[in-house]
Amino acid sequence: MTALTTTAYVVLALLAVLSALVVVWHRNPVVSALALAFNLVAIAGFYLVMDAQFLALLQVIVYAGAIMVLILFVIMLLNLRQELRGRDSGLLQRVLGPLLGVALGLLLVRVLWRSVTSGFAPPSPEFGTVASVGRELFGTFFYPFEAISLLLVSAMVGAVLLAKRRL
Amino acid sequence: MEPKIVLAVSGVLFALGVIGVLLRRGAISILMCIELMLNAVNLAFVAFSRMHGATGQVFVIFVMTVAAAEAAVGLAIVIAIFRHRQTVDLDGLRILRG
Repeated sequence: MTALTTTAYVVLALLAVLSALVVVWHRNPVVSALALAFNLVAIAGFYLVMDAQFLALLQVIVYAGAIMVLILFVIMLLNLRQELRGRDSGLLQRVLGPLLGVALGLLLVRVLWRSVTSGFAPPSPEFGTVASVGRELFGTFFYPFEAISLLLVSAMVGAVLLAKRRL
Repeated sequence: MEPKIVLAVSGVLFALGVIGVLLRRGAISILMCIELMLNAVNLAFVAFSRMHGATGQVFVIFVMTVAAAEAAVGLAIVIAIFRHRQTVDLDGLRILRG
């Protein structure tokens, strides 16, 4: 791995973590949503640097392009104001929650850091291409693929039904 | 070194998502933090797939699909809540509380 790719990893890591902090911290839901879109594009950048080209495109199209637009539409339609700072939850919850979250983060980072011993090996030339992912998807994972298409149909029906004004 | 960076980012993003779900009050903000957690998991999947084969990427496709379905249904629920209470503040939803 050259120094340039390592720099790319570090820069992407900083962008992803900083935008995630804005998502979690900022009170305005619109700013949160835009920071989340930035985070999703940073993760697409990670996929690209790791040679998973098909997934990088899917991430931008599906996540940043469809799900974030959906979320922004709903924020716009509901005309939300600034979110109030939590006051109803007690001091214990407001302190203990983030504390336990930080403990979880430390545990995850420690375990994941020690789980890999070497760097990335050079990939096979067809790693990350549509063909290789498609071969896996329609071969080994054919039944789950059909199952998630049923899931999408039921989600569409459910979303329309739940949002109807009167049944 | 690079896999360590990617996996550390994945862990940090997941923990930030958990903190966000615990701290935020608005329903949409909580949904966004859940999306953050799902993306952290996707990142770990791709990192391991880079080391072990294409199966991880197929799992990422499944997770993205489920996340899209869950976002659609979750936002429909948020709209239904808003229609009844004119707010999406989840701290006020305590009808099921014992």
